[in-house]
Amino acid sequence: MHELALTESILRIAVEAAKENQAQKVLEIRIKIGAYSGVVPQYIQEYFNIVSRGSIAENAHLLIEMIPARVECGSCGAVTEVERFRSKCGACGSTDVKLLSGREYYVDSLEVE
Amino acid sequence: MEIKVVKQILEWNEDRSKEIRDQLGRQCVFLINVMGSPGAGKTSTILDLIQRLRSKYRVGVIEGDIAGQIDAERIDALGIPVVQLNTEGACHIEAMSIQHILGYFDLDGIDVLFVENIGNLVCPAEFNIGEDLRLAILSVPEGDDKVDKYPLMFATTDALLLNKFDMKPYFDFDDKKVEAAAKEINPKLSLFRVSARNGEGCQELTEWLCRKIDAKLQK
Repeated sequence: MHELALTESILRIAVEAAKENQAQKVLEIRIKIGAYSGVVPQYIQEYFNIVSRGSIAENAHLLIEMIPARVECGSCGAVTEVERFRSKCGACGSTDVKLLSGREYYVDSLEVE
Repeated sequence: MEIKVVKQILEWNEDRSKEIRDQLGRQCVFLINVMGSPGAGKTSTILDLIQRLRSKYRVGVIEGDIAGQIDAERIDALGIPVVQLNTEGACHIEAMSIQHILGYFDLDGIDVLFVENIGNLVCPAEFNIGEDLRLAILSVPEGDDKVDKYPLMFATTDALLLNKFDMKPYFDFDDKKVEAAAKEINPKLSLFRVSARNGEGCQELTEWLCRKIDAKLQK
């Protein structure tokens, strides 16, 4: 449900960055989302199409890259990719792990003209 | 032309959350974010904890609801400072709302502030509100599959309360399965089997909470 609030934030970030760079139009917004976030990527584009109407980012394509969750093991030191919300070392099975990636949630770059 | 941006989408919330944390750090207030489904027993648990904590701490409550003020009235009847926060349809509370509502409290007269979040296992987990501690409540009648279905809630909480534990004989609720699933995604989680109705397990929870609160307030 809160995808709408997030989408408004994406629009704000994109329009501000585009204006700072004297761009006329935003063609694409590249977003990185970690596997641990609860966001539904399809909704974001749908909402974006609505909230961006009349702005310089109208009709921009959202390119969403999902970043896998990776953990570093405190016992054996291995860095392994884990399934969503399975905080266990992929090498030795220890639960003494530190999350290295998977909670990202940011606008990475824009394609503008 | 490509423009590099690298800006957090939730930045507006994270910035406010940090400001709240700084403010409450200065004013020595311990903020507890209470989350769970509608009907899990968030208000009843807060009411029970108020009675156990009020001899030691000055307690306040922010009652989050989409609409209405039924819960706030129950807390007000105890003589505890309470402010109702209506989100007018929004599925979660944002840090900005908490920051605004803190102005309604005399924070010098409060040690522990509970925030009862919107009844929902999904969205509230995404938004930090400057809290020192998260309590997730899952009640026995909701079923033992919720950790698998709503992982972020249980992965980000400090404690999980299995509430209405006195109802366990009437439901096929495998508490050991819930505990194993929750600890797999959140190894540092503390788990309590409680009943806000008859008080079972609440003393143990209170003692754990007091240790956390005292560590911040240094009392």
